[in-house]
Amino acid sequence: METVITITLFILLVAVAVAIVRTRLLFAVVMLSGLFSLICALLFIALDAVDVAFTEAAVGAGISTVLMLGTMALTSRREKPRPRSAIPLLVVVITGAVLVYGTLDMPNFGSPDAPAFNHVAPHYLERIPREIDVPNTVTAILASYRGFDTLGEVVVVFTAGLGVVLLLSGLGRGRRQSDAASEEDG
Amino acid sequence: MEHHLILRVITKLLVPPILLFGLYVQFHGDFGPGGGFQAGVIFAVAFILYGLVFTLDEVQRVFPPWLVHKLAALGVLVYAGVGVLNLMAGAKFLDYNALANDAISAQHWGILAVEFGVGLTVAAVMVTIYYAFAGRPPRMSDEDW
Repeated sequence: METVITITLFILLVAVAVAIVRTRLLFAVVMLSGLFSLICALLFIALDAVDVAFTEAAVGAGISTVLMLGTMALTSRREKPRPRSAIPLLVVVITGAVLVYGTLDMPNFGSPDAPAFNHVAPHYLERIPREIDVPNTVTAILASYRGFDTLGEVVVVFTAGLGVVLLLSGLGRGRRQSDAASEEDG
Repeated sequence: MEHHLILRVITKLLVPPILLFGLYVQFHGDFGPGGGFQAGVIFAVAFILYGLVFTLDEVQRVFPPWLVHKLAALGVLVYAGVGVLNLMAGAKFLDYNALANDAISAQHWGILAVEFGVGLTVAAVMVTIYYAFAGRPPRMSDEDW
């Protein structure tokens, strides 16, 4: 049953990706990329990575879609038609082939020999009930063991917001002040 | 979007549950899936939805830009402040064990405070970015979609 669900989701994912490439209407592209994120979130749930699925659904399908709509409102609604060329297809096929070749060396899905299960994971799973005692291992690792990393991530998010404010909305105040100054001069 | 009656009614119904769900994800993050990042985004989405359906001016009356900018900085301060608090309690930076009498409840308090900082910053930054994009002319008319 799980295999059927996973395969169905992957087929949907490919179908949405093809639709994104073929549509010229940017509104449809934005909506389809939101759909793409939602299907990815479902795949993450099928892999039992609920925290990642949560983030993908909230950020990928929610915020990104809104921001892309906002960007679209500032530009055009339709992609410019371009002459057809075989080079992009060639690049995609070669990159895809290299990626598939790379996965051949990876351990099988769910294999107990995978590095993910043998490196630090058993160590954390053994220590967390004793030292922190919260049921969600991901939160314990992110907020406590790797608290410094997470502080860095928060600062990155803050800096991103600061950059957007400086570039897009901070200019208004400066303009108003300079307008006022020029009125005084005039 | 003044003539979209269904959108306006549904949005009014949806915003409170979204805010509540954001708070649940925020403070239940140690027990279930979720945490500050996801909660912050969900909390911000409630304001963005309100802004999309009603106007940007309406949502900025509820959540003015100066407040959003300050909250973004406050979140980082809360997070780093917890670290400094640990330093003053005699432990290492962001080592929560010294925050309470026994180490496990100290860890719980530390995680809760730090996640609160994360949620605050993420929610404020998401709303800030939305304000920045939506505040720029030209506004699209409904017929253009």
